[in-house]
Amino acid sequence: MNEREEEWAALMRAANSGDTAAYEALLRQLATALRAIARAAAARTGGAAETEDVVQETLIAIHLKRHTWIESEPIGPWIRAIVRHKLIDALRRRGRHIHVPLDGLEDKLPAEEEGPSFSRRDLARHLDRLPRRQRDVLQAIALDGHSIRETAGRLAISEGAVRVALHRAVTTLAALMQRALS
Amino acid sequence: MRTDDLIRALAHDRAARFPTPGEALALALVLGFAAAGALFLGLLGPRADFLPALQSGCFLLKFAVTLSLAASAAALALRFAYPAAHSRSLATALWIGPVLLGLGVLFELATVPSADWMARLVGKNAPVCLASIPTFAAPILLALFLALRRGAPTRPRLAGVAAGLAAGGLGAALYAAHCTDDSPLFVLAWYGPAIALVAGAGAWLGPRFLRW
Repeated sequence: MNEREEEWAALMRAANSGDTAAYEALLRQLATALRAIARAAAARTGGAAETEDVVQETLIAIHLKRHTWIESEPIGPWIRAIVRHKLIDALRRRGRHIHVPLDGLEDKLPAEEEGPSFSRRDLARHLDRLPRRQRDVLQAIALDGHSIRETAGRLAISEGAVRVALHRAVTTLAALMQRALS
Repeated sequence: MRTDDLIRALAHDRAARFPTPGEALALALVLGFAAAGALFLGLLGPRADFLPALQSGCFLLKFAVTLSLAASAAALALRFAYPAAHSRSLATALWIGPVLLGLGVLFELATVPSADWMARLVGKNAPVCLASIPTFAAPILLALFLALRRGAPTRPRLAGVAAGLAAGGLGAALYAAHCTDDSPLFVLAWYGPAIALVAGAGAWLGPRFLRW
């Protein structure tokens, strides 16, 4: 296990015991690595437009399946397996077949590179299809940067209701993305 | 939506701790087997001479074969609930049940006159056997699939087969308590195809219902 993977494992362990900042840092690092991989894959298949959609889809998958990582096991193979699964799935649904080389996943971290990180179509479109409560909560937290508590205050609902709506929004998004183009 | 925004949403979504695949599968086995047991008691029930039959090696062999198959397949299903599953050593354990049955068949062939082989193989309960095992396996298979969906199976067809073998093995163990055909020849000829049917259903359903 190399340094990068050990850092990811440490962040994930911290996240599992409730450290939101560590989790956010981990997701950012993963997003950067995923972006490089998705771009490389897209360059070979001529479909750069959806790169960020694939990145977002894979991030959500890692998030929703994080309980299948065993803390005593190395995190690299676990991440690579999920990335391979989602990347192949996403590209296949978009009508492409590709071999995805992932051996150097943890090295694919161009430190300064920050390209446009907008999802061009999918996520924006899916957002409109969320039930109202889920969309409101997702927008308050993701777009406006409010905390759970602030969101509860603004929407005049309990914090528990915010958490439930947020989790439902994430799972609904994952399902919508999966159904899209399939 | 920017990826940074999505990350913020994901980072705040820390509500529930999901059960681990092991916990989910254990719960599924308990609930599924309870439902199958209720079906068994309602539809068939144990055979009249259940307790005396426990003295018979052939009767006990049916449980050894089906339960060892179910246990090894359940362990394999648990492995397949994780991404990047390495399954080779566990897959080997799947052979314990069939090998036990093979030894039983050899013993049967060696001790029973060949004139009786056909009668023992055909038995008296074949149609009930073929119908019962998949019926009892069904609720277990359903529960196992629901549990596997919570995991991250990257090989859904194999995960489905493993779940099917586990459900089929447990369904067959229940049915074995009712069946009066104890010959290993009968078990091979009828339990085998019935369990294979459930495993086939798992193989077909896996890629359809275990996507994520």
